[in-house]
Amino acid sequence: MSIVADSLTKILTGEVPVTLVKDVSLRIEPGEAVAITGPSGSGKSSLLYLLGVLDSPSSGELYIDNTKVSSLSDSEKSKLRLKHLGFIFQAHFLLPEFTALENVLLPMQRLGELTGAEMIERSKTLLEQVGLSDHISKIPKKLSGGQSQRVAIARALANNPKIILADEPTGNLDSVSSKQVQEILIRLAREFKRTVLVVTHEEEFARSLDRVIRIVDGRIQ
Amino acid sequence: MNILVSIALKHLLSRKRQSLVSLMGIILGTGFFLAISSLMVGSEKDFLKRLVDNSPHITISDDFRAPRIQPAEMSNSAIEIKNVRPFRETRGIRGYGEILDFLRSKPGVQASEMLLGQGLVTYAGKDTSVTLNGVIPEDLRSVSTIEEYLVSGKVDDLIANPDGILLGSELASKLAIKKGDIFTVVGPSGTVRNFKVLGIFRTGRRSYDETQSFLHITRAQSLLGKVNRINSIIVKTPKPDEALNLSREIEKRFLYKSISWQEASEDLLSTFKIRNTIMYTVVSAVLIVAAFGIYNVISTVVLEKQRDIAILKSIGFEPKDILKIFLSQGIILGLVGCVFGLPFGMSLMGLLMSINFKPPGATQSIGMPIDWGIWQFMVAISFALGASILAAYLPAKKAASVNPVDIIRGGT
Ligand SMILES: Nc1ncnc2c1ncn2[C@@H]1O[C@H](COP(=O)(O)OP(=O)(O)OP(=O)(O)O)[C@@H](O)[C@H]1O
Ligand SMILES: [Mg+2]
Repeated sequence: MSIVADSLTKILTGEVPVTLVKDVSLRIEPGEAVAITGPSGSGKSSLLYLLGVLDSPSSGELYIDNTKVSSLSDSEKSKLRLKHLGFIFQAHFLLPEFTALENVLLPMQRLGELTGAEMIERSKTLLEQVGLSDHISKIPKKLSGGQSQRVAIARALANNPKIILADEPTGNLDSVSSKQVQEILIRLAREFKRTVLVVTHEEEFARSLDRVIRIVDGRIQ
Repeated sequence: MNILVSIALKHLLSRKRQSLVSLMGIILGTGFFLAISSLMVGSEKDFLKRLVDNSPHITISDDFRAPRIQPAEMSNSAIEIKNVRPFRETRGIRGYGEILDFLRSKPGVQASEMLLGQGLVTYAGKDTSVTLNGVIPEDLRSVSTIEEYLVSGKVDDLIANPDGILLGSELASKLAIKKGDIFTVVGPSGTVRNFKVLGIFRTGRRSYDETQSFLHITRAQSLLGKVNRINSIIVKTPKPDEALNLSREIEKRFLYKSISWQEASEDLLSTFKIRNTIMYTVVSAVLIVAAFGIYNVISTVVLEKQRDIAILKSIGFEPKDILKIFLSQGIILGLVGCVFGLPFGMSLMGLLMSINFKPPGATQSIGMPIDWGIWQFMVAISFALGASILAAYLPAKKAASVNPVDIIRGGT
């Protein structure tokens, strides 16, 4: 799936309007792995939310797989996220009362395309792929930061999305966990031909991807 | 289980104590609602049953609702007639045979003619006035329930002995008359007759038991000096609700004042309406307070679970899914509240039934009348569920409108 942005702008209206993203145009090809870098507060996260249909732009157009996103209803946007977009955030956003397995099951259960047994099978496979076979029935409190982040990755992959969006996924992790997560993301792009978009501060990791987009003050530099 | 419901359950379980407290509110509210409303309905039904059973469904009397226009009043304005005095007619229902035939032609309708009047009882030096119900003893069973209340004697005895009389228990004890005794009744025009007490009845209504007596209509006619006259027809209909319409029909057709039990007890029925409104308001208030408990717990959960809501939305859950999650919490609390609240209410009902009390004017104590009809249960359930859903709706609406970006940005 391709992502095409045409002068995306996000302005927060308030007493003092704040421009988060300014006039960003870009094109990301299917299967491409792209790093977004830039100084803190430059608008990287804001751009990622726009590209991931989590937030809507103040102006400009976004096309995902050649579909004009602004023409979709809210419900269709939710469906698009559910099926084709997988989000990974800096803080592992897991539901605290649900086990690792149940967290990974959530998107599949919402989509409801598989049978219950198939869902459980797939969740187990995903958790195995991120190296967590032994921890599937633990709740997030009983998992380390790195383990939680890997559960979040497994959950982002649950419905087999074509596009993976990660916002500083290694920001809170030690170097070992950080390496593991980076490898998973690289493998998703290389082996599984997913479009991967990662906001990161790690120069080396950014350089190992296909392309680096640098954002300064809400603009592409 | 549905994923939304299971999320809802987990949320409630994450706030066990608060959920439990709000649940208690619903349980108590539902229980009291059920018990009170079944008592209300029960006592109303019980009262109406007594009223309907023990009084004629329709009483036709020898009165007219609007006094008949006197011939002198029909004159035009050219002549003025002063000091018109109504013609002194002999009272009584004329052509009552026709009315009886008309009534008896209706399926299931029972009717009997009566002569009502006052007499003076003299016995052992005491005297007191008595209401004489001159009846056809053979009809007594079908148009009245007096036989059920006979503490001694039988209606058959009255059929067999035209000089017999049935007396109210209070009247009998006031005069110290026993069954088998013979006493004297003086009619309004001075006619004197002796009657033998064949039976004593006790209805439980003091005012009735103190004044009423039943005797042969022929004896009443001669005692009251109204031979071959009657002044009242009492009617029992198979369905008491039909009395009102039938009564109107009779009055329209035969002009005599005809009063259905509904009309006779109009003030009582409206008293019931007021009483029910007050009581339902009070018990509803209990449930409304309980609903605040639900509102409280779900609002807390919504505030606490902003992060979860953001996650679910970022995954692709729609606002209406979020709404459903929190509405389910209300429904779960409401349903569980009913599951425990109804048995609680039923035990309250059982407890109430075991309390005996003596209503004013009654001579026997009775248990609290409780209606076990399905209707009260339905009303209690729908009220509890309705209150819970309403209480959940406001916070759920708020949850559905959470903007995930705000939360995620703040959370990183
Ligand atoms: N609700 C808001 N109100 C005002 N300013 C905001 C709001 N949200 C974000 N900003 C500002 O917008 C800018 C862009 O924020 P954003 O989170 O996109 O930056 P970022 O590049 O992801 O930063 P970091 O690397 O620290 O995560 C920042 O300067 C931030 O302070
Ligand atoms: Mg950021």
